[in-house]
Amino acid sequence: MPNGTVLTMRGICKQFPGVRALNNVDFTLRSGEIHALMGENGAGKSTLIKVLTGVYEKDAGSIRMDGIEGEANIHSPQDAQEIGIATVYQEITLCPNLTVAENMYIGRGKGLLVRQKDYEKKAEEILRSLGIPARPRQQLASCSLAVQQMVAIARAVDMKCKVLILDEPTSSLDEKEVQMLFSLMRDLKSRGVGIIFVTHFLEQVYEVCDRITVLRNGELVGEYVIEQLPQVQLVARMMGKELSELNSMNEFGRKPMGSEEITYEAEQISSSECRPFDFRIRKGEVNGFTGLLGSGRSESVRAIFGADKVTGGRVKVNGKSVRITRPIEAMKNGIGYLPEDRKRDGIIADLSVRENIILALQVMKGFFRPLSRAEAEKFADEYIAALNIKTASKDTPIGSLSGGNQQKVILARWLLTHPDYLILDEPTRGIDVGTKLEIQKLVLKLAEENVSVTFISSEIEEMLRTCSRLIVMRDRRIVGELTGDDLNQNQVMKTIAGGEAS
Amino acid sequence: MKKRREPFTDTQLLMTITICIFVVMYVLAMIFLGGGFLRAQQIFDLLNDNAALIIVSCGLTVVMIGGGIDISVGGVTSLVVMSCVLYLNGNGNPFLSFLLALGIGLAFGILHGLLVSYLEIQPFIVTLAGMFFARGMTTILSVNPQKLAHEGLNAFRGIKIEIPWLGYIAKNGNLIPGRIELGVVMALLCVIVVFLILKFTRLGRNFYALGGNQQSALMLGINVKKTRFMTYLISGLLSGIAGFVFMMHTGAGNATNAAGAEMNAIASSIIGGTLLTGGVGNIIGTFFGTLTLTTIKKIVVTSGLKDPWWQSISTGAMLLFFIVLQSIVLSRRGKSKAKE
Repeated sequence: MPNGTVLTMRGICKQFPGVRALNNVDFTLRSGEIHALMGENGAGKSTLIKVLTGVYEKDAGSIRMDGIEGEANIHSPQDAQEIGIATVYQEITLCPNLTVAENMYIGRGKGLLVRQKDYEKKAEEILRSLGIPARPRQQLASCSLAVQQMVAIARAVDMKCKVLILDEPTSSLDEKEVQMLFSLMRDLKSRGVGIIFVTHFLEQVYEVCDRITVLRNGELVGEYVIEQLPQVQLVARMMGKELSELNSMNEFGRKPMGSEEITYEAEQISSSECRPFDFRIRKGEVNGFTGLLGSGRSESVRAIFGADKVTGGRVKVNGKSVRITRPIEAMKNGIGYLPEDRKRDGIIADLSVRENIILALQVMKGFFRPLSRAEAEKFADEYIAALNIKTASKDTPIGSLSGGNQQKVILARWLLTHPDYLILDEPTRGIDVGTKLEIQKLVLKLAEENVSVTFISSEIEEMLRTCSRLIVMRDRRIVGELTGDDLNQNQVMKTIAGGEAS
Repeated sequence: MKKRREPFTDTQLLMTITICIFVVMYVLAMIFLGGGFLRAQQIFDLLNDNAALIIVSCGLTVVMIGGGIDISVGGVTSLVVMSCVLYLNGNGNPFLSFLLALGIGLAFGILHGLLVSYLEIQPFIVTLAGMFFARGMTTILSVNPQKLAHEGLNAFRGIKIEIPWLGYIAKNGNLIPGRIELGVVMALLCVIVVFLILKFTRLGRNFYALGGNQQSALMLGINVKKTRFMTYLISGLLSGIAGFVFMMHTGAGNATNAAGAEMNAIASSIIGGTLLTGGVGNIIGTFFGTLTLTTIKKIVVTSGLKDPWWQSISTGAMLLFFIVLQSIVLSRRGKSKAKE
């Protein structure tokens, strides 16, 4: 191993049923560096970390650590700890019912007895030297999340770790706490610890990191020195686009701008999952939310539909003030929502196509006024034909349909309620190209019929083709709104990356 | 540096509540019911009658701190009683009979531990099976009640520790000293040992970590499977000891021995401040939990409500009261913390 390298991972593969989570990934960490591991959700960051910490067994590949002959055997979190790999996860992995000092020392060392007093004394010293505002005898649950995180780091420091993994440590911290964490990280870096930093926050990467490794779809994209990878390039790498690919998009034709009437308007709406934002959509307009996976775009539309716990904001539908805190209220106000996770939030796999289609309408009518069988059959036939749903019969369980056809059934479910405003969150994910196009065309057709549509897709081309207005999100905030000539891939990526274009 | 007193941990808080309520309840009983409650013997009798319950409650508390449950304890206790009585009546060795008790308890503990920790089967189901199994075995051994006929052990179990200064003057003017059975000594010993294990050993602290957050415990480098296994092992072992103590107290084996002991033990642990969700609990609390539970029953009987259902109703009410109190106290804590 070259000098100064503490960790090398070579050719790491990890397969889950149906998913190739990691495919031949390399990763190198040098001592005294902060190394960002970047990628969209599902790119394989977490899997790589979990392989390194022994939570998952790798299928192939080798891991070598400085100071250890041959391959490092890591089969459990204990193994990883013993060879000097410490991890601080996004969710606090400490025990809230124990004291701060105990959390720093439990699970370590040998012997029958614990020496609580010693632990408390040592913990006190370390907490003080790192400037962490916690008392050793305090119950951990009584500390703020930021402090709990720092206690976890203090534990790692005390274990003389050579590799410190910080997995999304800043996602629940405020600005001041983030700065405290960063100074702690720089302090550790100067002590020669190699730090792997996983985060969604691009600015934070450029603030503290020395190097970046980018993953996409379980594969290594590359390792870069931070100065050589401007932020917009980083985004392009994460999304798998070349900047030169820009402006090549051909549109279907006129994109629906909508009329002057406003269908839905929200002021400072917020939910348990997203920060307050303003949003409005005109009648017959198609708009989109874009951003990296995990940037908060789904959370935003879920707030509009009341799918998450709504915590504030004023909402007007067709100019009338209304209260939408639950999906049923959104539905009664003419809003439909096709969820991102079709399998979990959308289909009811064991029910037939017909039953899945009439579900939303039935809910709106109330269960005490059931649709007659004849009506249900009629609706089902009508929409199976209209959307060209390929199913053996309308009584086939939806679970046995292909993904694209399932998605059309869910679409039919909402179309049947004749919504004024339809939110489609990733309607084209995981379905074949032909169906994708059909769905995009359907969106445009709906707009012509004066339905307002919010369309979300991971594929920017699709959104550029259908939307007349794009709301760009980063780090759970709206950072830009693009219309007209700005609607091109280059501009979208620059806005996602933030800062000046390069 | 000024030493600042730390606020109670959840465990300490719940234990303190239990002890306070027990004391208040007992003092009220002394004032309004008087009679037996004014004598120290009342407490001794509570202990004499419930030594076995205290022991199984200790085991159950350990399992519950680790986030599990063990409902086989009553069944195992009864199997131990019957086995020991039959063995001793066949001219067995008293010392070996104690080892037999330990062995049976340990066997059940190990089996439960293996199934729950290593095969990851729901503890409720595993120990439910264990309970039926042990009860069934007891009946196979003998359908009829068996009286202990071993002279040596009968003499031994007749020994009582007498404390004259805690005695009382009977109606005929004689001093009746406070009497404590040997089983109580055993129970107190168990309480102390388990207390020390939970407080000062690595294993004991790992129980708390396991119950506090299993995933975290794993990440912190604790051998979660082994730790969970140990909770069931301890519970099984204590059930064995409890069986022996039960036999010492009653001097007979019966298929219905220790009926409902598991539920009483769960109730005692909960009243003593153990949370079913795991991670919070204390043996001293459990000890007082058992006393609270049994005292309530005594109070109900002494108040003239002699029908057995009154005891059940009062137990239920008590349990509900404590659970509601605990959840209110803990959720209020959570709120005040959120404000910080």
